Amino acid sequence: MANSQLINEPLLHIQNLRISALAYPSDAAPYLVNIVDDVSFTLGKGRVLGLIGESGAGKSTIGLAAMAYGRGGVHISGGQILLNGIDISAASKKSLRKVRGMQVCYVSQSAAAGFNPAHRLIDQVIEASLLNRTASRDEALARATALFDTLGLPDPENIGQRYPHQVSGGQLQRVMTAMALCAQPDLIVFDEPTTALDVTTQIDVLAAIKRAIKKTGVAALYISHDLAVVAQVSDEIMVLRNGQCVEHGDTRSIIETPQQNYTRELVNVRSIDHQEKKPDATALLRVENVTAMYPGADVEVLQDVSVELSAGQTLAIVGESGSGKSTLARLITGLLPPTKGSVTFDGDILPPALKQRSREQLRQLQMIYQMADVAMNPRHTISTIIGRPLTYYFNLKGRARKQRVAQLLDDIEMGGGFADRYPAELSGGQKQRVCIARALAAKPRLIICDEVTSALDPLVADGILKLLLNLQQRENVAYLFITHDLATVRAIADSIAVMYQGQRVRYGPKSIVLTPPYDAYTDVLLSSVPQMKAGWLDTAIKERA
Amino acid sequence: MTSLFLLAAIFAPWIAPHDLGDTVGGVWEPSSSEFWLGTDNLGRDLLSRMIYGARTTIFIALMATALSFTLGSVLGLGAAVIGGWLDQVLSRFVDLLMSIPTLIFALVVLSVLPANLITLILVMGILDATRVFRLARAVAVDINVMEYVEAARLRGEGKIWIVFREILPNALTPLIAELGLRFIFQVLFLSALSFLGLGVEPPDADWGGMVKENKDGIIFGIPAALIPAAAIAILAISVNLIADWVLNRTTDLKGGRSGQ
Amino acid sequence: MSYLLTLVAKRLAISALLLLAVSALIFAGTTILPGDVAQSILGQSATPEALANLRRDMGLNESALSRYISWLGGIVQGDLGKALTNGTDIADAISKRLYNTVFLASVSAIIAVPIAIFLGLMAVRYKNRWPDKLISGSTLAFISLPEFFTGYLLIYFVAVKLGWFPSVATVYESMSFTERLTAVALPAATLTLVVLAHMMRMTRAAILNVMQSAYIETAELKGLSPLRIIARHAFPNAIAPIVNVVMLNLAYLVVGVVVVEVIFVYPGMGQYLVDHVSKRDVPVVQACGLIFAAFYIGLNMIADIVSIIANPRIRHPR
Repeated sequence: MANSQLINEPLLHIQNLRISALAYPSDAAPYLVNIVDDVSFTLGKGRVLGLIGESGAGKSTIGLAAMAYGRGGVHISGGQILLNGIDISAASKKSLRKVRGMQVCYVSQSAAAGFNPAHRLIDQVIEASLLNRTASRDEALARATALFDTLGLPDPENIGQRYPHQVSGGQLQRVMTAMALCAQPDLIVFDEPTTALDVTTQIDVLAAIKRAIKKTGVAALYISHDLAVVAQVSDEIMVLRNGQCVEHGDTRSIIETPQQNYTRELVNVRSIDHQEKKPDATALLRVENVTAMYPGADVEVLQDVSVELSAGQTLAIVGESGSGKSTLARLITGLLPPTKGSVTFDGDILPPALKQRSREQLRQLQMIYQMADVAMNPRHTISTIIGRPLTYYFNLKGRARKQRVAQLLDDIEMGGGFADRYPAELSGGQKQRVCIARALAAKPRLIICDEVTSALDPLVADGILKLLLNLQQRENVAYLFITHDLATVRAIADSIAVMYQGQRVRYGPKSIVLTPPYDAYTDVLLSSVPQMKAGWLDTAIKERA
Repeated sequence: MTSLFLLAAIFAPWIAPHDLGDTVGGVWEPSSSEFWLGTDNLGRDLLSRMIYGARTTIFIALMATALSFTLGSVLGLGAAVIGGWLDQVLSRFVDLLMSIPTLIFALVVLSVLPANLITLILVMGILDATRVFRLARAVAVDINVMEYVEAARLRGEGKIWIVFREILPNALTPLIAELGLRFIFQVLFLSALSFLGLGVEPPDADWGGMVKENKDGIIFGIPAALIPAAAIAILAISVNLIADWVLNRTTDLKGGRSGQ
Repeated sequence: MSYLLTLVAKRLAISALLLLAVSALIFAGTTILPGDVAQSILGQSATPEALANLRRDMGLNESALSRYISWLGGIVQGDLGKALTNGTDIADAISKRLYNTVFLASVSAIIAVPIAIFLGLMAVRYKNRWPDKLISGSTLAFISLPEFFTGYLLIYFVAVKLGWFPSVATVYESMSFTERLTAVALPAATLTLVVLAHMMRMTRAAILNVMQSAYIETAELKGLSPLRIIARHAFPNAIAPIVNVVMLNLAYLVVGVVVVEVIFVYPGMGQYLVDHVSKRDVPVVQACGLIFAAFYIGLNMIADIVSIIANPRIRHPR
């Protein structure tokens, strides 16, 4: 960190920033809401500040404000934004155009959407440099190629000739970083750059970004909801909640000695204590040597996979995208019959197709989805959603049904007042809880949880996991827990199956699976998971080399 | 805006005619000044003809819309939910029908069919059902892939439940918005057909036919033909506005927009 | 590149097939439907002999399939048959009128398309400000106006009261280009007005859709000027949807032409078809129907092909 001290004035100085937007409730007059409330910080040249918080905390808004940009109707209603000594909070559009792309650049969350599909990558990468006249075409091209190399992209001389759709997600994210660095700005705003990537891709991109920041000495705002990731790249961290600053300090202090409760919760995320259970003699669910293909395709999505699950326990299926874990769920539920192999439930072989199964068989196996928004019919009330299985499976009607719905609402820690609401009125965590209640209503023996916490904020997800564990204790229901998040697996699993490209790579009780020696893939997977430790990234990269 | 709506509404339920209490086909008085809108090319009172024309036009258009809408929606939703060969066959057939411009096809078919009310409504209804089919099917397919439909299927719910309790409530909004547009289309279509001499037979009055009857006067500076034409336009505009208004209202309702 | 050509060729083949199927449909529509054609032509009081003669002349005694095939065969050779009402050669009559119709349609298209795109761009540039509201509001009204309303309105005010243009658009072969244009002015104006409203709304929607993409935000955050953003980033992606819109509306023009020709007594295909429909002249109706359908299918096909070509994923596959 060569330029760590302030020379003349800080690069970015934000003072009492307030950003507001109009909220439009459906039955009242629009009113002003503060997305960001009284936030102040200073960023020196060459320093990296991590902005961490859950969704709605305002971190992206602050990042964009550093470029005096407001997405979707938000406007800067108070405070100052001093960039290189000049207040840009009230600057004209014309002067802002000189700031953006030259002094401050932006790397967005989804590089796939952020690139224009109609132009080659290289044209888009050097565009800002050329237009702001900071370089000639040759200079810009040379700079871009050098950056591609620094960022670890394959074939740096020619990759720019490709179109966005011809390049993978992780590579696109790096190209976007190159685009931001090519203009040689003073500050880059990284807006959740690795959130959409697989964990094994993420570590490479993170390392690439860190390398590039070091080499060019650029300052950065690194925005994420994942504290472990932010801790690897940042010198300082600011914790945000509901638009306000909760805590601000250098990385080591925040991670090792957090002062505020909220920060402590974030640091200790996924530290649920769960005693691993030993498997029973007779398994509740037995999947034997299944192979599956999608109709019309000729590639095997699952190859010879076998797993077992005992009653009242949790089997975690871990894998990245393309591993086949969701396909396994579809196979077990009967949506995709296997081409080979069988599934046994409670001693009986399950008919491979959904149509062939009895209502009783269907009742005992329930499923919860990743996106609770689309898992519930927006036109049904909560009581209809939870109550339908009660009527369908147990013929409960009228008062008996109402009572049972109320009981279930209590079980998921939501009050009876929710019964008449609609899904659109609930928060993300509440929606998922309702889906859990719907699954529970059928009194199943096994619930398949398909990435149920992946779309939720870390603390909300913790709440859901704790709820699931409690319910498991009470109802003795088994979980087939599909996820890509190893921290979750560590927290709640009894046994684990690791999947890679349709095959089961590693399988067994948790304690054994998570202890070395590992096979090649599990090794890469486990070592790619960011740890809540400063300096983890550097060690991990060194070990790889 | 709502006053235009009232205008259209006044036109329609005038079943008991105002001025001349004769059923259509009676003898009309010639001459001009005491008649509000003057007389038409045969000396008939334009105002009364307009009122009867309103009834005819709106009635036929409504019938045709009802036919096309029911036929199109039922087939469209069915094709989406049942899938398989039924879907393929219906979709291909609809694609084929839609490759011919509606007016042309109507002209072709009406050139050989007997000219009565039922045929007219049938032709108009069936041709337009293709567009409703496309929309209904697209909407149903979109909803069909949502996880809540899959959740219902996993529960073991039968097709009937899925169509009526899961798909239909969410499909209604876009379909109803389309209803208004279809009605306008039928009004315009009917008027065009009558104008070209293929719609309602004289002496029955419908607005399109009235334009045809009076069009020769235009060259001599007699604006008689403009009046039914204007009426058609006003009806179309006001229905458009109502449809817009309805659409805006329903998307505010409880969970109106799925996934928001 | 070859992948692209394959796709385009496939599209051409599908359109050809579609045209064939449509011809069958038209043929079926006129011959298989209930109602004795000969009876309808000759009316109630026809003698049985007259009916039998007519049926024989029309070839109604042979099977439908053989009649269809001989009809198709004739078309391929350029022979569209003879009109029932006066025995004139259909292909002959059509060729003159086809030129007239295409002329009228083209003039309208040339005026309407640039104006519609321009207005669409303006509406997006000043989104939600008064130009946008004005343009959107008036187009909403215009969409609902039937062709004969605008047509007769124009005739009444412009031709009769003001006398600027003729109210009856007669054209004949020896006319000069400018004379033709004057004759066609009012019908073209009517057509343009009808199509303009639709096209403008759809263009506006298409451009807005593109402007809301994430890469437009990226461009803005790179500090690019609005002009550059629209020209270099929005426009290439908007071409396909806009062409689609234009083609769809041109296809609509094909239909609108029919009514407009009747309003202005313009000697084109539309007038020809309508005249013979009421006379139940089946061969003419079949021939005209087929030609209109061919135009419609052709325009839709061009729209599809442009979409294919404009898609970079297809031009440069992985």
